[in-house]
Order: sequence, then structure tokens, then C-alpha cells
Amino acid sequence: MSDLHSESVAFVRDTMLTPQSPPASQAGAIKWLRENLFSGPMNTILTILGVGIVVYLVNLGLPWFLHSVWNANSLAECRSAITATWGPDAHGACWAMIRERWSQFMFGFYPNVFYWRPILALLLLFVALAPILFAEFSNRLTIAGGVVAALVVWLAASYGEWLPVGILAVVAAIAGLLAVQGTKWPHNLIWFPIVYAGIAFWLLWGGSIFTPIAALAGIVVGWLAFRILAPIAGNIVAVTAAVVAPVLWWYFGSEPVIDLLSRALPRVEPFWLPPVDSDQFGGFVLAFVIGLTGIAFSLPMGIVLALGRRSDMLLVKALCVGFIEFIRGVPLITLLFTASLLLNYFLPPGTNFDIILRVIIMVTLFSAAYIAEVIRGGLAALPRGQYEAADALGLDYWKAQRLIIMPQALKISIPGIVSSFIGLFKDTTLVVFVALLDPLKGITDAVRASIEWKGIYWEPYIFVGAIFFLVCFSMSRYSMYLENRLKREHR
Amino acid sequence: MKKSVFLGTLAATALLAGYASAATLDDVKARGELNCGVNTGLVGFAAPDANGNWQGFDVAICKAVAAAVLGDATKIKYVPTTSETRFTALASGEIDVLARNTTWTFSRDTDLAFTFTGVNYYDGQGFMVKKDLGVTSAKELDGATVCIQTGTTTELNLADFFKVNNMSYQPVAIQTNAEGEQQFLAGACDAYTTDASGLAATRAAFASPDDYIILPEIISKEPLGPLVRQGDDQWADINRWVLNALVAAEEYGVTSANVEELSKGTDNPEINRMLGNEGDLGAMIGLDKDWAKRAVSASGNYGEIFAATIGESTPIGLARGLNAQWTQGGLLYSPPFR
Repeated sequence: MSDLHSESVAFVRDTMLTPQSPPASQAGAIKWLRENLFSGPMNTILTILGVGIVVYLVNLGLPWFLHSVWNANSLAECRSAITATWGPDAHGACWAMIRERWSQFMFGFYPNVFYWRPILALLLLFVALAPILFAEFSNRLTIAGGVVAALVVWLAASYGEWLPVGILAVVAAIAGLLAVQGTKWPHNLIWFPIVYAGIAFWLLWGGSIFTPIAALAGIVVGWLAFRILAPIAGNIVAVTAAVVAPVLWWYFGSEPVIDLLSRALPRVEPFWLPPVDSDQFGGFVLAFVIGLTGIAFSLPMGIVLALGRRSDMLLVKALCVGFIEFIRGVPLITLLFTASLLLNYFLPPGTNFDIILRVIIMVTLFSAAYIAEVIRGGLAALPRGQYEAADALGLDYWKAQRLIIMPQALKISIPGIVSSFIGLFKDTTLVVFVALLDPLKGITDAVRASIEWKGIYWEPYIFVGAIFFLVCFSMSRYSMYLENRLKREHR
Repeated sequence: MKKSVFLGTLAATALLAGYASAATLDDVKARGELNCGVNTGLVGFAAPDANGNWQGFDVAICKAVAAAVLGDATKIKYVPTTSETRFTALASGEIDVLARNTTWTFSRDTDLAFTFTGVNYYDGQGFMVKKDLGVTSAKELDGATVCIQTGTTTELNLADFFKVNNMSYQPVAIQTNAEGEQQFLAGACDAYTTDASGLAATRAAFASPDDYIILPEIISKEPLGPLVRQGDDQWADINRWVLNALVAAEEYGVTSANVEELSKGTDNPEINRMLGNEGDLGAMIGLDKDWAKRAVSASGNYGEIFAATIGESTPIGLARGLNAQWTQGGLLYSPPFR
């Protein structure tokens, strides 16, 4: 018998060695630091330099932020408060200015008893955006809806106005009715963005409610003209009629109807809101009105221009190319000056063509030209096969665009389009050159011109910059979300 | 053919515009509101307060005109104008009168076709320096760095001054007043130059005003005044005489407090004529008898307006200087109301 056999029992290890931690240089923070910050002499120098700059900046700015004053009535009071608390050599931010002029930064010279109107317009904007921005219903959307509803009720209560709740109730009722009939949330709100344009106009500028209703009725008139004429006279006639009929309605039909209706009904809510002049708009109300209207109108206009530029029809193509190249070749400030100053020489004297409307038109045209080029890039990126496939399926031009080309081209262009939108929103501050009170410079200069706040410099810029960042960053995050959701390649 | 039609339309439009502007008074009365061009914000001269009410030295002129013409100093639409937009806004008819610290110059009066209706503030360009620089006169500024707003008349005045005195300087270009203050405080320049009224207001807002001095030299003439479009003499007359009434009211001791009482009749025929107790001067400029009384009641006479907005009791603390009555050694001199 050999020893071998007795030893042949399988070796079973019953204890494991305790795993040792990796060497200090290969784990944790040290590894990360070595790999990312100190991987070579060059990077080490850069890291030290970078840290030095950050420390310098923090050293410069942090005490200033820490010594902030929130309660004061003038810059002098701010300064004495800082001296009293932090010593004679201390510097500090005087946010009390933002606190005192908050409503001016937000609303400009909008009458303060009517502040609920722009606020309500903003809250309803979120309702209008829901069906456009989000295709599927989610819990977050419910929460957001609840928050908006609560805010509207709070607004109504704090200003003693029932109109906000009234509007909300009507919207909810119609949406609920559609939901009962089987339309899913938030698709049952898809009609609201169009109506919202009228509501927002009416809330902001006031006047008779029939003005926006008559304007919106033009769309219905156009749709009716199309539906009636399409079976009888064919597509081309119907489309022409759908364009001409609303214009005729707006020019000739709407005025007497508005007149008649507003005279027949008393000048009280909900038929009439006290009017607010355009020159009372300012601050972020102005920036949002110009920015959002520009965004809403420049996208469809950009799509049409992009299609026109790729069209085979010589006249259409020439017009679109001419328009795009002209607008892109001219600085926005030139267009704004033209709108605000030159136009007055050519219009008959006494015509009061609203300055905000003029600016909105110019900003929209400007942005549309850029968006057209962005979308043209998307169209050009589509493989030729997509067009041929659409033709092979027997789709006509518009159906091919709507079902096959545009969904793909727009998806490709999302980052470009959103950058254009962000650019447009930031460009709204340029209206200061035509003497509208934009938040960045118009309101800031006006505030600085008061004796109490003369000499204040960084605070308003930081404050306004922060709000602009918030809005632009949200847009950019949404664009990323949308890109992710529409990603089809790697499924 | 097409070109001639276009030109014809243009000419007709221009004619129509000229015709319409020939009766600014009627336009204002029909509108029930005075469109007054003001600065977008200049300390003491024009600025909105926290509630959006415009106040200031130039704004007071708008109020006096509105009170005289419309009988209500609140019926004004203030149109904020920048230095780029102000003249076009006036020429195109967007505003009826421009009261925006605008210097009366030859070319603006003639070439730009405006009519200056007087001077409401005699300003001039000055220098501010740090006290510890040890400079007491602008003549000692040879080789200094000077913060200067680009594209303004002050820039040209500065060049002239240093050339005449055979000195050199280094300009530090800035865009706005606020930026200039910031640069000056940060030590980017030895001297800061702009209109003397602006220097005083700027210095008043510093954390330690006593560390800075305004040099005594005034190197330019800047007569600031309201202006209207050329070609409507009646409207220009109204604006000129409203301003004169404010100046004369101070000379004769008519204040917002006693104007009501004095308008019932005094033993000074000049006051009586001005306030409409004797004769009917108002009818000669298309207004009623009480026009001057209302103008003075709006925000007081010239002296009261000065004291309330930019005078020595305000933080800006400007002395009357050239802007005192001629009887006090200043330049304010209203022609007689006769």
C-alpha cells in the first residue's frame, strides 16, 4: 500500500485567505489622483496651476458672497451694515437691491395690481408645454400638474381674482371630457397650446377677450375653407383658400364682430381685462414674451424655409435662399434698429405699430433663417434611399415630408435647433438698444440711475445671469432627454 | 415707371409726415398724452423709482409741459431713449419733445433739423482723481491714464484739451458710466472724465467719497436743454416758454406753494401777465390763461426742481453755479413776459 492512496483524498480548503487590499497607489482616491491629475510632469504643473487659480478665485469671491446683505434700503445702508458686522475693510454683496427691485426685474413697469396676469400666463405655459414636450404620461407629470394647479389657486387667492381658477377649471373640464372619450393624457391637452396663444395675449395686454378669439377664429375659418373646398376643387385651390380666407377674415370680418360683441357685453371679467400698454412691459416678462413667441413661430417658419430652399421650383427656391442669406448676413441689432426707427419714417404718421410686435417679428425672422439652415442640415443628412422609399410607397410630397422625411430630419437637427433657441432667448437682451427695458441692461441701468442704488455693479449682472442660466440650462437638458428618447439606432 | 411711383409715394409720405407734425399741439391734445423722450437712466436727471414712476430734473420738464398743455402732469408717456435712438425717435415723431440731457450744438440745431427750446442745465466736462494722487489741477495731468466713454463728445473735448495744453494722456476706453466707475475704482485709470454733474453723482455713490476730488477745471461747454422738431414753431414756442416760466417763476418768487394765491392777482404786473391775471398770453401760444400756473404747480419753479432732484440737499449735491439766476451771478435769464 503506498502512501499515495492515503493521501489521495481530495484536498478541500475550508478557509479562504482574507483578501488583501490593493497597494495604496492602485486604489481609491490616490489612484484616481495619480491617473487623472498627476500622470506626468505636464499634467502635474497644469493641476497645480488650476488649483492655484481656483483658490485665488474662491478667495476673491467667497468673502464677498459670505458678507451678503439682504435687508437694506440703499447701497449706503448695505455698506454700513457690512462695516458694522465684518469690519471696515470688508466687502460684501448687496442683494438687498434685488430684493427691493425684484418686481421691476421681473415685470418692468407692469401695473402691480395686475401682476397675477403674467404669472398666470407663465403657469398656463407649463400646461401648454406638457403635451408638446412630453409624449407619455408619467408620475412626474401628475406631480407637476398638481403643483401648477395649487399655484394657480394660490395666485387666485392672494390677488382675490377668480379668473385664474376659472380658466384652469375650463381647461381641466375639456381635458377631462376628452380623457373620458378615450384620449390619453397628455394628448387630450394637445388643443391647448393653440388656445394658449390667445389666452396669453389677452392676459398680458388685456382688452376685450374677443380680440384673441376673433384672431383664433381665423384658423378655424381657414380649416373650414380647406375642408369644404378640398373635395370640390382639389388640393391646390383648397390650400390657397385656406391661406386667403383667414387673411380676409382678419382684415374685414373680425373688426365689426369684435366691436359688436364687446359693445354688447359689459366691460367686466371675463369679457374684458384692463389694457396694459407695451411700454409698460419690461424685465423678464419682456424677455419671455419675445423669446417664447420667437421660438414658437420661428420653428415652423424655419421648416418651411428649409423645404423651400431644397425645392425644385425656381421661384420658391430663389425667394427662400434670398431671404435666408439676407437675414443671416445682417446683424440682429441692424434689424432691431430698422424695426424701431426706420419703419417709423415709412409708415403713415400716426400709425401706432406696437414696438414689441415689431421686435418680435424681427427676432422671429432672424431666428427662422438660422433654424432653416439647421434643418436643411438634417434634411441633407438623410440617405437618399429614404426619399426614394417614400416615392416608392406612392406618398405625395406633403405626406412624404410629414411621415418619413421630417421626423428623421428634425431628430437629427435637435441639438442645432435647441442651440438656436437658446441663442434667441439670450438675444432678447439686445432689445435694450431700441430702448426696451430688458432685464440685463435696461432694468439694471434704470435701477442704477436711482440715487439709492447708484454705484452697484456686480449684483444685478450675477442675478440676471443666474436666471438666464437656469432657463437655458433647462432647455439644454430637455434637448438631451429628447435625443435619448428618440434614439432608434441601437435598440 | 415703377421707380417714379415709389419715389412719389415716398415724397407723399414725407409730405404727409411734415404736415402731421406741423400741429404737434393738436396731436398731443387729441391723444391726451404727451410723449416725452427721457434718458433710460441718469442719476438725478431721469430714473424710474421702485414703483416705476419717473423722477428727475429732466422729467420735471416733461411734467411742466404736460401740465401746461393738457392740464395734468401725469398724462405723460415716458419713452426711454438711448444716445443712439434719441434723435431718430424725435425726428420720426415717436416723441413730441426730447428732454434728455442733450447738448445744444450747432449741427444738432441746424443739420439735424431740431429746435432747442432753451437750456435747463449748464454743464461742462470735468475730471475726478484720487486724492492721494496729489493732483489739484487738470493742468497737472500730463501723462495720466484717463477713463473715457467712447463715441461721445467728451472724448473729443478731452483730446482738444490735452492738445491745447501740450500734454499727453493715455485713454482707457469704457462703454458705460457704471463700467467707468468700476474701472476708476479698481485703479485702471488715474482720472475719470465726464460731465461735471455726472462726476458729482458718481463720487457721491462711492463707498468713501472723501478719498476722491473733482478738479476745478471745466474743459467744455455743455448746455443741456429740451428740443423739438424744426418746422412747428408754435410747439417750440410752448416748450420754450414753459421753461422760461419755470425760470421766471423762481426769479419773481413764485413757488408751487404760493402760485395759487399769487394767481389771484399781485402788484407785480409781470407775475400777473405770466399767471394769466392780466392780458391773455396763453392764447398767443394756443393755450388757456392758466398754462404757466399749472406748469409751476407741477413740480415747482426752476429752483424748487433743482433743489429736489440734484441740489445740495440731495446726495448728488450739485451747487447752483452757472445755473443760478442772472441776479445771483448765474446764466438763467428769462425774457420778459409781455
